[in-house]
Parts: sequence; C-alpha cells; structure tokens
Amino acid sequence: MSIDMEQFKVTFVEESLEGLDIMESVLLDMNPGAADAEAIDNIFRAAHSIKGGAATFGLGDIANFTHVVETLLDEVRNGDRDITQDAIVLFLSSVDCIREMLSADQNGEAIDQAHIEQVKAGLDKMLGSEQECETDSEKDNAATSSATEDSGWEIIFKPFPGMLRTGNDVVRMFRELAGLGDFTAVADTEKLPPVVDMDPEEAYLSWHITLHGEIGKAQISEIFEWVEDDCELEILPLDGDKTESAVNDVTEENSPVDLQVESPPPERRAEEDQRQQPARKTASPESSSIRVGIDKVDDLINMVGELVITQSMLSQLGEDFDMSRVERLNDGLAELERNTRELQESVMRIRMLPISFAFNRFPRMVHDLSAKLDKKIELTMSGEQTELDKTVMEKIGDPLVHLVRNSVDHGIESPEARKAAGKPETGVVNLNAYHQGGNIIIEINDDGAGLNYEKILAKAIERGLVGANEELPEEKVYELLFEPGFSTADVVSDVSGRGVGMDVVKRNIMALGGRVDVKSVPGEGSTFTIRLPLTLAILDGQLVRVGNNTYIIPLVSIVESLLVDQKNVNEIAGKAEVYQLRSDYLPIIRLYEVFGIEPDHRSLDNGLLVVVEGDSKKGGLLVDELLGQQQVVIKSLETNFRRVEGLSGATILGDGTVALIVDVAGVVRLSREDGRCSDEQIAAA
Amino acid sequence: MANILAVDDSASMRQMVAFTLKGAGHQVTEAVDGQAALDVAKNQKFDLVLTDVNMPRMDGITLAKELRSLSNFKFTPILMLTTEAGLNKKQEGKAAGATGWIVKPFNPEQLLATIKKVIG
Repeated sequence: MSIDMEQFKVTFVEESLEGLDIMESVLLDMNPGAADAEAIDNIFRAAHSIKGGAATFGLGDIANFTHVVETLLDEVRNGDRDITQDAIVLFLSSVDCIREMLSADQNGEAIDQAHIEQVKAGLDKMLGSEQECETDSEKDNAATSSATEDSGWEIIFKPFPGMLRTGNDVVRMFRELAGLGDFTAVADTEKLPPVVDMDPEEAYLSWHITLHGEIGKAQISEIFEWVEDDCELEILPLDGDKTESAVNDVTEENSPVDLQVESPPPERRAEEDQRQQPARKTASPESSSIRVGIDKVDDLINMVGELVITQSMLSQLGEDFDMSRVERLNDGLAELERNTRELQESVMRIRMLPISFAFNRFPRMVHDLSAKLDKKIELTMSGEQTELDKTVMEKIGDPLVHLVRNSVDHGIESPEARKAAGKPETGVVNLNAYHQGGNIIIEINDDGAGLNYEKILAKAIERGLVGANEELPEEKVYELLFEPGFSTADVVSDVSGRGVGMDVVKRNIMALGGRVDVKSVPGEGSTFTIRLPLTLAILDGQLVRVGNNTYIIPLVSIVESLLVDQKNVNEIAGKAEVYQLRSDYLPIIRLYEVFGIEPDHRSLDNGLLVVVEGDSKKGGLLVDELLGQQQVVIKSLETNFRRVEGLSGATILGDGTVALIVDVAGVVRLSREDGRCSDEQIAAA
Repeated sequence: MANILAVDDSASMRQMVAFTLKGAGHQVTEAVDGQAALDVAKNQKFDLVLTDVNMPRMDGITLAKELRSLSNFKFTPILMLTTEAGLNKKQEGKAAGATGWIVKPFNPEQLLATIKKVIG
C-alpha cells in the first residue's frame, strides 16, 4: 500500500508552527537558572513532536536540526544542564531557524543556509561532540548486522514467568519464525507446575527451536527484539562451535540497535525524493486554510437549521395561500430576514481570528529590540481575544510592527534618561485591542518621552509643509508625522523623533479603510490608535444617485454633505472649480464627468456636494441625490471584470441592480492629476 | 481486522497512523493524550494500543502502566511509538508493561508490517 504523506504535512506544519510559538513564548518568559520543570517539559515536548513529525514526513533537515535542540532540552529536563541566558538566546534562534525551514519547505523558497549552519554550530558546540560518537557506533552496528549467514540456527528460548504480561505472545513469535524457514520447536515442560498451582498469566514453558534456511541472525533477533529482557535467549548457528557462540546471545547490546538504524536511511531517501516533487506543487496550502472554533461551526449549523424551518413554514403557507394569512406571511418573512442576517453574521465570524495572531510576534520582537538598544522594556497586552477578519489581520501586521518598533526605538527612553526624569527604569509598551461599533480599535501606547511639538513643527517648516508663522494645534502637528515629507527621516534617532515610513503605515491602514490617530503628552508618552473595519467583505455605504445610476460612497470617507452656495465657488484657470468650505478649499469633482454619464443637474447652484476625504486629501463630490445608507457586500471588479479607475468595487442592491462603489481616494487623485486642480492652485485661490 | 486505539498529541502523526490503519481495514479510535486514551479504554476493549511516549497530561509510559492494571488490558499488545533517542524509554516502557515499540520515523508500510507481527 502506498500512502501519500503530503496530505498530513499540512497538519504537521500547522501544528509545528503552533509548537514553535509555544516554545518561543515559554522561552521568553524563562529566567536563566530558574526554569520550572513544567515550562521545560512544554518546550521539550514541542521540539520532540517537531522532530518526530519532520522525520516521518520527509523533512530530514528539520529533523536533524531539531534533534540537537531536543537533545539539549532533554539534558535540561533531566537536570544535567543549566539553562543560561545564552542557552535561551540560542534556543530562540533555533525556533527561528526551524520556522524558516518549515516555511521554506511550504513555499518552495530558498533558506538562509548560512544562518542555519551558524545556529546549528552553536547548538553542536553546546552539546559537545557526543553526536558524532553516536553516528559512528551506528555505522559499526550496521556493518556487523549484515555479516552472519548460515544454513540454520538453534534457538534456546526460556521466557521469564512475567513475559506474557507485556502482551507478547509466544505463538505470534513462532509464527514469524516459521515464516523465515523450516521451523521445529520442542517444548521443555520441566518447570510446569501441577495444574492446581498454575497461574494462567505466567509463562512456564521453555523452548528448543531449530530453524533451517538461509537466514540472517538479525532477522531472528528482530523477532525477539521486544522480549530480550524478559527471557533467556541463545541463538546459535546449527553447525557452529557451540562453546564459542554461546557467548553470542542476543542480550548483546548491539543487535537490537542494528535493526532500528538499518531501516531509516533508505526510507528517508525515498521520502526526500517524494518531497521534492509534490511539495513544490502544493506551495503554501496552509495560507488558504483557516482554523475555526467548533462553536462557530455549531452556531452555523444551528442557524441553517432555523433557516430550513422557516423555509418549510413559508412553503407550507404558500401551498394554499389567501389574504387572511397575510399576517402569517409577514411574520414568516420577518423570521426569514432575521435568520438570513444571523446566518450572514455567523459566516462572517468564521473568517474572524483573535488578534493574538498578530500580537504574538511582539513579545519576541520587543525582547530582542530592547536587548539591542540597551533599554528595559516590558510589553503588556490586553484584548488579545478581540476578533478580526483574517485578511485584515494579515495586512495590519506590518503597520503594527512599525508602530511597536517606533515606540520601542523612539518612544521609550534609555534607563538613565528615565531615572533622571523620575520614572521607573523599565518602560512599558502596551498593546490593546477592542471592538467599537463595527470597528476594531488597536492602541499602541508607550510611557516614553512623548512627541516633541517644537521639533516636529520646526521640521515641518523646514520641509515646507507648514508656513513659517503658522499657528497649529497640537493634534495637527502630530498628524504631520504621517506626511510623506517626514518619511526620509533624519529626525529619527533624535530624542523625540518618529519618522521612518510613518506615511507608509498610514497609507496601509487607509487602504484597509481604516484610520490612525496619535495622541501624546510630553514626558508621559504617546498613544497611536488604529481604527479598522472588522471585515473587508462588507462596507457601510452611503447610496447616492447621479442621473440614472446609483453609486456607493464608503461612509468612513464622508466628512459632511452640503448644498452648494454659488458664492463660495471659485474658478481657477478658467476651468477647475474649488469650493470654499470655512477655511478649506475643496476641488469640486463632478461625478457625472468622471464616469461620463448624464446627470439631472449640471449647474452647481443648489447642487448637492458630498465632502469626502481620501488619502488625507479632501474633495467635494457633486451628486444629484442622497439615497439611504446601508451595508453592502463588496464584489471585486478586478476579479469579475477588470480594474476601473475611480471605482473600488461593486455590489448588488436589494432590487437586484448593480451599484458601483466609488474609490474616494482614487477619484480625488484623478481630479488633481488632471491638472484641473493642483494643490498650488487651491492654495492660491 | 483489529480494533486499534491510537494515541498521540500530534495531530499529523495521529492522522497518518489512523489513515494508514484504516486503509488496511482496521478500526481506529484516536486519543490526544494518555489521559484521554485511558478514559476511552475504561469502557472499551481494543486489540492493540499504539501510543506516543511524550504527551501532555499523561505520557505513554504511565498509560501503559495504567492500562495493564485494567482487567481488559492485561494481555493487549501495547506498542510505543518512540524515537531512536528514546532507547532508555524503551526499557522504561517495557517495565511499565509495553509489548514493544516502533521506532520513529516510520512509514506506513513499516507501521503495518510491525503491527502485523502483533495481531497476526
């Protein structure tokens, strides 16, 4: 029977990654010299499972690497080795290496062999040279095992009384021996007690066996392998010199070992061949799978059950319907609506994962970074169970890393500076997540020095982002951090500066339909707040009408809506129009022009202007009518049709018509790119 | 065809073992650790127990010891799935009442060949 091991490999990789996460978090919590037994047990077990699985599923490199880790951990576990800070660091690097090797195998990527060799060398060094001795003796054993051949064997087999209690069966062993050659067994009943004294669970018989044929001694030893400690056993060549070979009984240590080391090598080779082909084809199947709590699936099944009941109720009602039953019909329809909504929510929840998946990497990162920067930092986390759509989770990872790194690097001061400021030496970075309305809020808070208002303002003036004499409120100044001008960042390592790529962070978050804000108190620290929609599949939209078409504007992008007052409209260069809204000037974007359709009104007077903001640029969208607000399910235009400038997707409305979703940032950008309305022109107006 | 109890905390190993055994026509009950296996074993008879050694809650050696104290497991073959490094574990396992062992890594063919030795 041939079984494709690839199918179990996905599970193996998944559970190994979980095991590595456990190892990592346990190691991070571990104090040198004082590791508790349970913690060590946990990481040992994780390493042990990975090693065993890796060997089984044909990942020889990972098995070899993890074997050394496991051996070291076993020594720690048995109290033969102390756990030092160096050991913890080395184990953590090993975790990284194994993780890297796993993902390399899954995705068919190349691995950084040099790095792995380096860590492996460190492990080997810590372990000493015992490894090599082991492999040497294995080879010796393998050599001797193939040697002995003869035309037959004489076996003297005297089971100890308790042998049967290990579940080993003499008949089973004899059957196997008989399968090797011409088999004769003579029982020695000398020790058999009278029936009355007989304990049916004990073995009393001894056996004298002769076996004829071209049989290796190893084959015979293998059959007795499991009982070697539960019996007296002699295996002698039939025609040999008895006295000489009598010494050569199976209790000799080597024989059982042979059998085990003999078989793995060819099998490993075979599995390696196998791995090279299908593993590449099925690159990263893991990324397309999702682990769902059984309770969520149960909910779903419940919901479907209710839906079926409602459906059957309605169809029964429909069989002989008259107007007297209208009320029941309405009840049924209301029930159906409730079922559908609940079902929708349950299905959405399946895609939701706790944010701990994104938070998990931070203890390690903060640990490493603070060691590198010589800072003392404690990372606290709350709300790790807050759930978030898997896609959003994947995309928010990098911005989060960036913000946490910034807090560690630039937020928290050095221990000396903190002491001088009268704060505890250990700084705290706190990650918090919670739900608010249809959003998830993620806060990254540090108790560092806070942002430096003057420095940022000075930088902004230098970069020309702000006029020299402009008075700006604090929040506005802090928002400047997210301006692209700040990203080149020589501000960075300066005391209060936070500069690297914050504009990228903001752009990524905006791309998810989210927002990022910053608050800071000098001397007390800063808080970055990220607000994200729970899912990318559903959007809260404002329906607007332009001519005969319905468009959807994401609610998050809408600032306000107003009736155009002609006297606030200014024209630039004869064609572009801007609207003065309090102290702001907004380019007016006529949606019917952008999409080339026929509107009700072309005149601006008394037209409806929806003020939107996308990519921190504002604009006024001219529409004919504001319709309702509703949640819409986003359908991708790209996968169903092709990418269209100014549109981010489409949806199907209740009446079955298709409505297009306006890409606010895109439309605003389009209007500016057209040269109809450049920043300078708006400023000049 | 035999009724087999397969015990391993690693889902991938369990899947592999179960799949292999079922493919050979055996009936397989899975347990995630020694304690779970013991709970199942108290109410059921098996022809063979295959158990991992290192597991949370209850390891394979303790499981073997506990099973041997149950009347319906006195002579049931118990095989340990162990690694080369676990040579001393084999002795410990034998002392606890295990019948024998299968050395990891093994492939499905080896697994089937070994259990054939035990259940014929």
